[in-house]
Amino acid sequence: MANITIDGKQITVKDGSLIIEAIDQLNGDLPRYCYHPGLSIAGNCRICQVEVEKMPRTVIACNTTVTEGMVIHTKSGKATDSQKYALEFLLANHPLDCPVCDQAGECKLQDYYMEYGAYDPKFNENKVKKSKKAFSIGPTINLDQERCILCSRCVRFTDEVTKTHEFGMFNRGDHTAVDVYTELNNKYSGNVADICPVGALTDKDFRFKMRVWYLGKQKSVCPGCSRGCNISIETEKSRPYHLKKERVMRLKPIENPEVNKWWMCDEGRYAYKSIDIGRIEKVQARAAGRLEETTWENALVAAGKIVGEAAAQPSRWAFVTSSQYTNEELFLQKKFVKDVLRINRVAYSWSFDQGFEDNFLIRGDKNPNSAGAREIFGAGEDISQVVEAAKRGELDGLIVFGRDLSKYGADTLSVVRAKVKTILYSGVNVNATSNSADLVLPGASYAETDGTFTNFEGRVQRIRKALEPMADARATWKIVQDLAAGQGIIWKNKRAEDIFVSLAMESGAFKGMSYTALDPHGKIWSGPGAAQPAVAATAGAH
Amino acid sequence: MVNPTPNLEPVVSRYFNLPDAWKIETVLKLGAYETARKALAGKPEDVAKMVSDAGLRGCGGAGFPTAKKWSFLPKDTKKPIYLVINADEGEPGTCKDRYILERDPHSLIEGIIMSCYAIKSNKCYVYIRGEYVIPTQRFQAAVDEAYAKGFLGNNVFGTSNYRVDITVHRGAGAYICGEETALLNSLEGKRGLPRLKPPFPAIVGLFGCPTIINNVETIASVMHIGRMGAENFSKWGGGTLGPHLYSVSGHVAKPGVYELPMGITLREIIYTYGGGVRGGKKIKAVIPGGMSAKILRADEIDVKMDFDSLKAAGTMLGSSGVMVMDEDTCMVKALLYGCRFFAHESCGQCSPCREGTGWALKIIERIYRGEGKIEDLDTLLDVAGRMEGRTICVFAEAAAWPIQSYIAKFRAEFEDYIKSGKSAGKETAVHAAH
Repeated sequence: MANITIDGKQITVKDGSLIIEAIDQLNGDLPRYCYHPGLSIAGNCRICQVEVEKMPRTVIACNTTVTEGMVIHTKSGKATDSQKYALEFLLANHPLDCPVCDQAGECKLQDYYMEYGAYDPKFNENKVKKSKKAFSIGPTINLDQERCILCSRCVRFTDEVTKTHEFGMFNRGDHTAVDVYTELNNKYSGNVADICPVGALTDKDFRFKMRVWYLGKQKSVCPGCSRGCNISIETEKSRPYHLKKERVMRLKPIENPEVNKWWMCDEGRYAYKSIDIGRIEKVQARAAGRLEETTWENALVAAGKIVGEAAAQPSRWAFVTSSQYTNEELFLQKKFVKDVLRINRVAYSWSFDQGFEDNFLIRGDKNPNSAGAREIFGAGEDISQVVEAAKRGELDGLIVFGRDLSKYGADTLSVVRAKVKTILYSGVNVNATSNSADLVLPGASYAETDGTFTNFEGRVQRIRKALEPMADARATWKIVQDLAAGQGIIWKNKRAEDIFVSLAMESGAFKGMSYTALDPHGKIWSGPGAAQPAVAATAGAH
Repeated sequence: MVNPTPNLEPVVSRYFNLPDAWKIETVLKLGAYETARKALAGKPEDVAKMVSDAGLRGCGGAGFPTAKKWSFLPKDTKKPIYLVINADEGEPGTCKDRYILERDPHSLIEGIIMSCYAIKSNKCYVYIRGEYVIPTQRFQAAVDEAYAKGFLGNNVFGTSNYRVDITVHRGAGAYICGEETALLNSLEGKRGLPRLKPPFPAIVGLFGCPTIINNVETIASVMHIGRMGAENFSKWGGGTLGPHLYSVSGHVAKPGVYELPMGITLREIIYTYGGGVRGGKKIKAVIPGGMSAKILRADEIDVKMDFDSLKAAGTMLGSSGVMVMDEDTCMVKALLYGCRFFAHESCGQCSPCREGTGWALKIIERIYRGEGKIEDLDTLLDVAGRMEGRTICVFAEAAAWPIQSYIAKFRAEFEDYIKSGKSAGKETAVHAAH
């Protein structure tokens, strides 16, 4: 350990730490462009200059190792002079096209200029023109070489993290430009727009959709697979419904050293559209063969009748759900099935859950909460078994949460529909099963509710409500609570957190957990009932 | 033109004028490889000690003591140790290494064998400047001859039980690859970008292994130190610092490579050996150590041409490329040439150098076109000062020093040019050896 002083504050850091790491430990605000904790050190932007006592010149904090007794100044005249000079060089050939640049508002050139700008620019020459302005380099990203400050983060990301090597530096001197050797088309391409400190790499999906200062941000967890990458759900904040019904503008990864480091995959990043598009917006009940809009009040009366029938004949009913739901929702569903319906046929998994996986972030299990479902429900049946039973005419009714049985084919669904008298459906998005149900209860999406997911290694992480449920949608735990109330069973949970408190008391695996204890990086469950042993996270940049 | 020193037995340049000295049969008759053969019969430490005793300093530009550099190698490494010869002689005004490669390649091979032995290396890479076509061909042929004779490869000389292999690699023409860590990257097949230091190459060098990088003349000198003895080497020519090759170019009557005792005055180099300024004109300025070195005025040429004296005079010996400018030289144009070179050759990695060299060039181009303003001189100095010392390698300094020194020493001329929009003199500029 080394004892050092930064701007008068004393701190003890690990031997071999870089000055910039020590500064970050103190939450200092030293400017940086090329430095990124997830990438190798490049030392080329030269802006993180600090003054170290007894050293003749300022040094870059990203490539200077601390030594015992080091006294560092990040705000001294000498240090800020060096920082200012570096910034002036970086801006010399920058086009300053901020008014039409999509990075404006989250651009590090803008941000640092406010603090370290020379405010009296001396550059009075013609700027270097690059051959092409903004152009597509792949399905997700556009490149503007003139805005680029050549920090090489994107080059290092594709060399070191994805190892796909699309980016390179071309030419020399002030004609140096970043470009791609081949199309940027890998499963993590969106990250290069995140790490680009300026407007050189912009995300096609987000470009010109929204000025970033209109965005509201909420920390959550990606529901795209069982990794549970931490994300920021970024939504239209101050001008609601400016873009018709699109509320979620983009997802961005949030650093979680235990789960996803700084990254997320493109599949997860661009999957947000189902939050606003293709939603079941209204409560619907089948009348004279057609689904008609109705009110929650009327629907719950109808639901009470359906649930009553199920409870009267539990052996001829099945309950189908999904590990897309939170632990809280699954826990209430289990209580509902066990205490209210007393149905034995419960199924939450099927083969369609499996997809592509790699040895980085993307998991084959495309559900965010399979471990939680397994812990809460036990093994359960496979959904295909329920479907087979229905086809054989062994079932009178199905209660389906969030699963589309037409995955087995439209024919299968119509056979099931013909054999089963009643289908109660609740879910987020419209599908063939919701369309063929007798009663449809719109559920809130993951972006519209609080709760927790348990990832593949047993890490329980919080998701948070970023938006109000769309139209008539209700949080699924509320729907389940309403259904139970229809049978005279009253649960008094007011928030998802209340359910988690019961879960933490009843389930061994969740024992001792609380929402506050889950922050900021989630917690691996360790109770005696843990569904599976914790496996060390394999996500990593190195 | 090669001009060995009158009245002195030449050392490094001794075969420069000998016909066919690049062929092994020619030099074997004169005792080539005997020094290395003897050295390999002794202990490795003896070679290093001899080099240390001779006070040999690196001839590539920095003048770092060679034996001291060798001592930075880790003592008990399990990795291979590499010797890399920097033959990427790109500094404008410098052409000495070319003569060694082209005219006496076996002295370098012999020096390599001895140096590899001294640093416990079995593998040497020789990185030759891309433009050096004939030197590369000659040197490769010499390496092939040495292998054929059993002087390289396994069991050098058949008796040493020591292996030395040489791989010749031709660069692709980038000045920056003369910077030793950029050279290593280039040698590894990567873009020639200087590496961040630390770690230094002696610890983490070529392919991640401990590596010593020495200049051609330095390693050739190792052989001559062995041949002559450390004392005779350093006292050669009546001096204390040994012989040194000076490349003399520009407006001199007899440009060429001169081997002279280190520490001789610049005036002697120009007037006694270089034949004075051509056409009997007066000297206006002299660059003593390659384009990067700060310029000296005519009244400063009594300075001694060794590392320490030139440093004390505010410039540097650098690559010992002496460039003489006569009284008709336009300093604006001379600086324009310098700035154009550095703007073209900046690797583009660090922002101050990448943007600063291009920025400076645009200003000086504007001045040269007659569109300059007096404030531009301060902006130029500002840009130069901001580049200096704030980058990964010393290229930024090399680019800054001409700007700073030309303007500091010839400010009145720059101001006159800006006011009149043209040169007062005949507007000639120095034409360096390259």
